[in-house]
Amino acid sequence: MFRLARLLARLVRATSRRLGRSGGTTAPGRLMLRVSPAALGRMAADLEAGSVLVSATNGKTTTAAMTAAALERDARPVVHNRAGSNMAWGVATALLDAGCAPSQIGLFEVDEAWLPRVARELHPRLLLLLNLFRDQLDRYGELELLADRWAALTAELDGRAALVLNADDPLVADLGRDRRGVTYFGVEDDSQALPGLQHAADSKHCRNCGAPYSYDAVYLGHLGRYRCPSCGRERPRPQVAATSVHLEGMSGSRVELRTPGGRLSVRLPLPGLYNVYNAVAALATALALGVPLATAGDALERFGGAFGRVETIAIDGRRLSILLVKNPAGANEVLRTLTLEDGELDLWLALNDGIADGRDVSWIWDADFEVLAGRVRRATCSGTRAEEMALRLKYAGVDARSIAVDRDLGDSLDAAVRGAGSGKVYALPTYTALLDLRDLLARRGLAKRWSE
Amino acid sequence: MTTLRVCALYPDLMNIYADRGNLAVLRARCEWRGLGFELGSSSLGDTVDPDAHDLFYIGGGQDRDQVAVAHDMVATKREALHAAADRGAVVLAVCGGYQLLGHSYELGDDELPGVGLVDLRTVREPGPRLIGNCGIEADLGTGPRVIAGFENHGGRTYLGPGERPLGTVLSGHGNNGRDRLEGVHRRNVIGTYLHGPLLPKNVWLADRLIELALGARLEPLDDTLEEAAHASARRAAGV
Repeated sequence: MFRLARLLARLVRATSRRLGRSGGTTAPGRLMLRVSPAALGRMAADLEAGSVLVSATNGKTTTAAMTAAALERDARPVVHNRAGSNMAWGVATALLDAGCAPSQIGLFEVDEAWLPRVARELHPRLLLLLNLFRDQLDRYGELELLADRWAALTAELDGRAALVLNADDPLVADLGRDRRGVTYFGVEDDSQALPGLQHAADSKHCRNCGAPYSYDAVYLGHLGRYRCPSCGRERPRPQVAATSVHLEGMSGSRVELRTPGGRLSVRLPLPGLYNVYNAVAALATALALGVPLATAGDALERFGGAFGRVETIAIDGRRLSILLVKNPAGANEVLRTLTLEDGELDLWLALNDGIADGRDVSWIWDADFEVLAGRVRRATCSGTRAEEMALRLKYAGVDARSIAVDRDLGDSLDAAVRGAGSGKVYALPTYTALLDLRDLLARRGLAKRWSE
Repeated sequence: MTTLRVCALYPDLMNIYADRGNLAVLRARCEWRGLGFELGSSSLGDTVDPDAHDLFYIGGGQDRDQVAVAHDMVATKREALHAAADRGAVVLAVCGGYQLLGHSYELGDDELPGVGLVDLRTVREPGPRLIGNCGIEADLGTGPRVIAGFENHGGRTYLGPGERPLGTVLSGHGNNGRDRLEGVHRRNVIGTYLHGPLLPKNVWLADRLIELALGARLEPLDDTLEEAAHASARRAAGV
């Protein structure tokens, strides 16, 4: 039954790829799991080099893609859910390729709520956990509950899976206390510190004793160098750390790194401190998997970006940079990066309320759109909740006369591009709006479809 | 200059669904009309001066934070909140904050105390969380109007006999998913499960609360975008 199911699922995938349907990354896996519920574990067993799971609120897709790039540069065959379809069926779809070549390693980003279930079937050799931020409370529930489920999982896997953990996120760092085989990564450059915790910061209290943490430096959301004044629990010292970070706007950053194998300087082609975190995490993981330092560094410097995370596309003689926004912490980092650009900005923002976006659009009031006040030439708002995005900008201090509203993605994108002053437009779509944008650009022959 | 004096209760803990959007809307709509706006706060261990504020706001929080807040509010703020409500100050309590307005919130074997500003009880019953877009019809003295928002709560709230709801449910779950009632409304004390940035979706409600808090009529503003956003939230709720 399992073999038949797999054959069938592969056929479905081939067909949907030929038809250019976006569903090609989930439907085959859904079918597979329906016919053969134990298929995840069966297929993963064919991966000779085992599997690695990557989870987080923000940065899963980019970090997994960077890690894949490092492994591939080291000539390891990688099975990877590249398009970011990260629930059980997305992993199952990617696993249809397992066993097609010797010494394959599986590299899967996994939705934070699905992680325990997927990990229990896949028996990963390594778990990379990046961060937990406030996100889609209608779907995930509270942060603390998610952290409890992750803690139960890491306790179960103790001694059987290596852990690569973010030392700067107290919720994540706690998972490695008293565990074996832990690599910590983090940032150690006070020039990147924020004046204080951002409004949307969560997990400001020690999980051990409940007292509020005291921060020597806050880098991003609640990530930073923290210490509990009451019980003394503090940020573990990371083995892999960005010791010097120089951000160069949209074009990228220069980073000095400390690793157990020596120091490394890289020029990252992706913008923002959030991508520095992704790179340090990917490097720590690649090193833990035995990729040589120089090889991993090369891969990071040549990294071309992951699906919909910082892409630039030429359209009608102008440049459209696409930056996914989906929750307050991620949006804040995108906004921080945008404000490093010179001059007034032309923006296209698409707020959808699909299930994958979170039906609740409250989160836009947690993100610090206030940094755009006085910086916007024209903001075109689109998506299923376009008007509420527009209102958010007005109350953030963006001049209402520079805000346009059009729920239709294609029409509003055309208007934003036509009206752009500087030749650059920044597109900030939520997740399902990104998929729609991608399909739209593909139909116009401007971008590849996501399944290609 | 007339000034709206707002006190945010536990803004560091009870802010889970972007509750600051409500404060941002109150501030902007006062300032655009040339009214003053003062924002104070009171958190764990702090006392409250009942005469120093015209409007009190409390939002939603994570379960663990809500427990600490429930005990603290009863211990340090109950009398002041009663005194403020008795003199006609507006109290707007949303989501987790709403659950603490009544007598108690039963969570299995535990029971959180409430400040008793209104007659209601909240219980955790078996069954799923009540999640989704929600639309209600409410009358705050200016005729029936629609309030649209989003609810996400595990607790079920039941009003005591004679206690008035904020509104009747047009779509969604409301207080308990059974009696089609939503929220509570006694004089100028209002509680609701429509969480987080409720006022941006319903600026008529923001203006009405300012009027009630100041005892004054407000000038109209250019609300083109505000009305479009209200229509968008109503469309999402199907009302």
